[in-house]
Amino acid sequence: MTAACPAGPSPDVRAPALLDIRGLGIRLADRVPHRVLVQDVTLSIRPGESVGLVGESGSGKSMTVKAAMRLLPSNAKVEGSIEFDGRPINGLSRSQLAAYRSSDVGLIHQDPRAHTNPMRTIGKFLVESVVATGKMSKGEATDRAIGLLVEMGIGDARRRMDQYPHQLSGGLLQRVMIAATLMHGPRLIFADEPTTALDVTVQSDVMAILIEQIEERDLGMLLVTHDLDLAAAVTDTLVVMYAGTVVESGHAEDLYADPRHPYTAALLASRPSTTRVKRLVSIQGRPAAAFEVGPGCVFASRCAFATELCRTTRPELRLVGDGQVACHYAETIADELKQVALA
Amino acid sequence: MATIAMNGATVAPTERRPKDWLLIISSVVCALVALLAAVGAFIAPHSPNQTDVLAASLGPSGQHWFGTDGIGRDIFSRVLYGARISCAAAGIIVLGSGCLGTALAIFSAWSGGWVDRALNRVLNVMFAVPGILVAVLASAVFGAGFWAPALALTIVYAPFYARVVRSAAVRECAMPYVEGLRLAGLSSWRICTRHVLRNVLPMVLAQATIAFGSALVDFAAVSFIGLGVQPPTSEWGLMVADGRAEILSGAPQQSLAAGVCIVVTVVAFNVLGDRLSARHGVQR
Repeated sequence: MTAACPAGPSPDVRAPALLDIRGLGIRLADRVPHRVLVQDVTLSIRPGESVGLVGESGSGKSMTVKAAMRLLPSNAKVEGSIEFDGRPINGLSRSQLAAYRSSDVGLIHQDPRAHTNPMRTIGKFLVESVVATGKMSKGEATDRAIGLLVEMGIGDARRRMDQYPHQLSGGLLQRVMIAATLMHGPRLIFADEPTTALDVTVQSDVMAILIEQIEERDLGMLLVTHDLDLAAAVTDTLVVMYAGTVVESGHAEDLYADPRHPYTAALLASRPSTTRVKRLVSIQGRPAAAFEVGPGCVFASRCAFATELCRTTRPELRLVGDGQVACHYAETIADELKQVALA
Repeated sequence: MATIAMNGATVAPTERRPKDWLLIISSVVCALVALLAAVGAFIAPHSPNQTDVLAASLGPSGQHWFGTDGIGRDIFSRVLYGARISCAAAGIIVLGSGCLGTALAIFSAWSGGWVDRALNRVLNVMFAVPGILVAVLASAVFGAGFWAPALALTIVYAPFYARVVRSAAVRECAMPYVEGLRLAGLSSWRICTRHVLRNVLPMVLAQATIAFGSALVDFAAVSFIGLGVQPPTSEWGLMVADGRAEILSGAPQQSLAAGVCIVVTVVAFNVLGDRLSARHGVQR
């Protein structure tokens, strides 16, 4: 899977951001004190750029995506700004929000089976929304759906259009979901762990198709995953999250080869290797939620390099080399981190 | 459920689930009743209101299959005509309350929150009111006849659907695909009618079948106490009431014929509804 897909044409760095998230904070007001789920997340996606959002369960990746779709539960309090194409998402009216969700962006879910109505055929599923929202006529939509299915590598598209979701395998159904997302021609795709629920052998196929489509159409993509290898292979920029905050972000290849944050290095070190037999390295301690960490660095309790400073003062995200790192000692421990990551 | 299916599979892998004879028999009876209600008026050997005092209170014979009543009307013909009224009443009640109850249920499930809770309370209160009582009240206020009790029962039966369908609809509305449809820009109306309604429809149909039997009994009961359909119209409940006088004089055929018709129809529809919901339950 690694290096399966070449990184696409490098996005125009001067272009204004398609999606611009600044200082995003999410608090859940279900109890007092409010639980902080995400704090101070900043990331931007330019047209045609794909960004990988990496982190373990509970690190706030999916919450960030939900916030960008304005899908958070009503008791979630959002701070900071999220802009799509220069327009703040939180300022959209009801109808503008519906148009934003159904035209500008597309969301690919982890579990395609749960996201299809078991009683409706694939054809109806693909065609319904674009016809109901008046984007296409039924004939146009059907032709486009068949065309998209063929592009997804589904040969007998016409026959598949009349089948029900249960008649398709998971991988096939996820390709249908990708086609469904592309039906209305969005400019930005949110892919929330699109291959996690699939068989390992199918994962790479589906991912390759997704990346191919994204690059062909020059779409922006926010790929949420906990698979650092995968994200590094298919995206231009990586954003690593831990406990609701961004600990490191930068160009995918640089970050992958030369991690600057102890957490990123530890993540890289704990990958299973396909070539060497070794004991699987794990990060000591357990993953923390944003509302559990103290005033210091979010990773301090599990970090091998942590000092008193780390436990008392939270490091800001700052420019180190070409990337951004939230670590007080990013420069001084750079060489050691390289050793950790390669070990 | 799973174990039964697995046992079936190990014993005879090719065999489908065993034939549900109750389902088959009850569907045949229900279909027959529906057919007779539809064409009864055309195949009836006599006019239902043609009296013949000389042939009063006759037992079953070749000419009068079920005999005649106290004023010489052919009971078989009256039963056939009565089937139409009784089944039409039950049908209207079931259809009306089914639409009303299902609409309420889906609206309630879709809205959620306090709307859902408030509607639930209202439905619970309506559950506490016996159907016959409301039907009798409606007849007392609006006058006896076909429509007053039929409409009253329609309203009383609505919670019966709403309760069951709501729980199914709540589950359906919480499915991730529904959120997906919302994100795809579909209107609430469209999601509810094209997706949620369609997926809870089997449950509505099973409920309707059971409700049909109860509606038939309730409507017949209202007619029996003289507040529903009025004589000389033939209606099963009315016929049972009509025949009471003759039972004492040794000619129970009228009450008996109408009574048996009611019992057979109600039992058939109840069994059918029961089997349908069981099947539906297995499939879920």
